[in-house]
Amino acid sequence: MKKLSIVTACAAILLGGATNIWAQDQVAQVRSLAATCFTCHGNEGRSVGGVPPALAGRDKGELLQALRDFKEGKRPATIMHQHAKGYTDQQLEAIAGYFSAVKAGPATPAPAARGGN
Amino acid sequence: MTLNRREFMKWMAATSGAAAVSGCASTAGPSAGRVVVVGGGYGGATAARYVKEWSPDIDVTVIERNEVFVSCPISNLVLAGNTQMSNITMGYEGLRRRGVRVVRGEVVAVDAAARQVRLADGSSLAYDRVIVSPGVDFIYDSIPGLQSADARERVLHAWKAGPETAALRKQLEAMRDGGVFVFHIPVAPFRCPPGPYERVCQVADYFKRAKPKSKIIVLDSNPDLVSKAGLFRAAWNGLYKGLIEYRANSELADVDAKGMTVKLTFDDVKGDVLNVVPPQRAGDIARTTGLITANQRWCGVDWTTCEWVAVKGVHVLGDATLSAPAMPKSASMANQHAKVCAAAVIALIKGQPVNPQPMMMNTCYSFVDGKSVMHVASVHAYDSKDNTMMPVKGAGGLSDKASELEGTYAWGWARNIWSEALG
Repeated sequence: MKKLSIVTACAAILLGGATNIWAQDQVAQVRSLAATCFTCHGNEGRSVGGVPPALAGRDKGELLQALRDFKEGKRPATIMHQHAKGYTDQQLEAIAGYFSAVKAGPATPAPAARGGN
Repeated sequence: MTLNRREFMKWMAATSGAAAVSGCASTAGPSAGRVVVVGGGYGGATAARYVKEWSPDIDVTVIERNEVFVSCPISNLVLAGNTQMSNITMGYEGLRRRGVRVVRGEVVAVDAAARQVRLADGSSLAYDRVIVSPGVDFIYDSIPGLQSADARERVLHAWKAGPETAALRKQLEAMRDGGVFVFHIPVAPFRCPPGPYERVCQVADYFKRAKPKSKIIVLDSNPDLVSKAGLFRAAWNGLYKGLIEYRANSELADVDAKGMTVKLTFDDVKGDVLNVVPPQRAGDIARTTGLITANQRWCGVDWTTCEWVAVKGVHVLGDATLSAPAMPKSASMANQHAKVCAAAVIALIKGQPVNPQPMMMNTCYSFVDGKSVMHVASVHAYDSKDNTMMPVKGAGGLSDKASELEGTYAWGWARNIWSEALG
C-alpha cells in the first residue's frame, strides 16, 4: 500500500508540473541507462518479435531478480550473465524500475523498402 | 516495504519516463532548437529518432545520400544465399512518420563557424547542433591496381552493404566448382571486427553446399584473427574442414584485377573471385570538412556527449570515431553512441546537465552457417579519471560455442536495432 501512495504522489507531482530540473536530469539518466538494453530488447523494451524477450511492463521484482541471478551466475544464459556483470546493483534496480513502468506492447518494426532492391 | 529518498527518485524517474513514452509529453509549441544529422545509418538514424522521441519540440533533419537503408549486419548471409537483399533493405518512411525530416542529398561541407550544413545542390541548412555519422570510406592510396572504377568493379570490397553485396553474390554464383575465392583483410581497426571471419564462414557454407571442390584462401594482414579467434577456428576446422586456408601477416602490396591476383610482399595469390577489403578511415565528409583528428583516419570525441573534440556544436558518431579502448566499430556500438549523443544534444540545447556517467553495451553476433550463431559482448562505462569509455572488468565475453538458439537472438537483435533506427 505504501507503494501505491508513492505512485499517487508521483502522479500528482508530474501532473502538477512540479518536476524541477534536478528531477528531469534523473529521468534522463535512468532512461539512458535503460536505453542501453533497447538495442537487443527493443525500443522501450518492447521487443518487435518477442525475441529477445520484451521487458516492458513486467514486474519490477521479477526483472530485478532475473538481473541479479544473471549477474551472480545463478541463472543460465547465453549472454545476459556477461551483460549484467557490467552494471552495479543500483543500476540494475533503476533499469528494472524503468521497464516495469513502461506500457507493454511491441515496438514498430522497420519498414521494408518499397519496391525492394 | 519502505522506499528511501533515492529509491523514490528512481521511481519518479521511471514513472515520468513512461509518461513521455505513452505520449503525455507536450508536443506543441515553438521549436526549441534545430538538429541536423548527416548520414542515416545505424548511428545517424537512431540519433535522429531519439532526439525527436525524447524531445518532440526540437526540429530534426536527416540528410542521407541513399534512398534506402541496407544493413551491414546480416549482409554476409546474402553471399551464401542464406538470406536475400530484400530482407536487409529498409525505407525511411518510419522515421518520417515520427516527425523527422529526411532529405535525400549529398553533404559537401559542415561549416561549424556559420553553423550550417551545405549540400551538393547548393542549398544549406542551419543548425544549433549537428550530428555527423558518416561511417567509413576506404583508403585506396596504397593499392595502385585498384585506382580505376573498372578494377574496383572486378575486385569488390562488399564492406558497405548494398550493390556490392549483391554483385559479390553474383560473382560467387558464377564461379566454377573447383574455383578459388581469395579474401584479403586489412589491418585493424576496421568496421565490424568479426565480420571478415563470418564472411569466410558464409562463403564456405555456400561452397560446401553448391561447389564442394572449391577453396577459400584468407589473406589476413593481422597476426591472427581479430575477433572470436577460437570460435571461428572451431567452425573452420569442424564444419568446413579442408576448405579454408588461413594465412596470417599477409600484408597487401597490390592487386592485379586483370590477372585476378592478390600481390603480397613476398607472394602472389591467384583466384577466380577476389574480395579485397581496403583499410578504412572516417567517411569522406569527415575528411573534406576537416573533422579527422587522429592518425589521419578517425574523429576524436568527448564520450559523455559524442561532441567533436575540436569544435563545440559538432557531434560525431559510430565507426568514424576514434574508438575508446576495446570499443569495436559495430552497429551495436553506433546505436549506443546515438542514444548517448541524443540525450546529450537535448540537454545541451535546453541548458540541462549532461549525464556525466554514460554506459554503453555491445553485442556482435556472427553466423557460422545459415542458422548457428556466436556472440562477443562487452559493457563500457565512462571513466572520469581517463575521460574515456572503459570496458567494465569482469563483464562481457564470448559464446561457449555457436548455437541455433543464438541464431534466433541474432535475428531478434536485428529486428530490434532496425526498429530503433527506422521503425
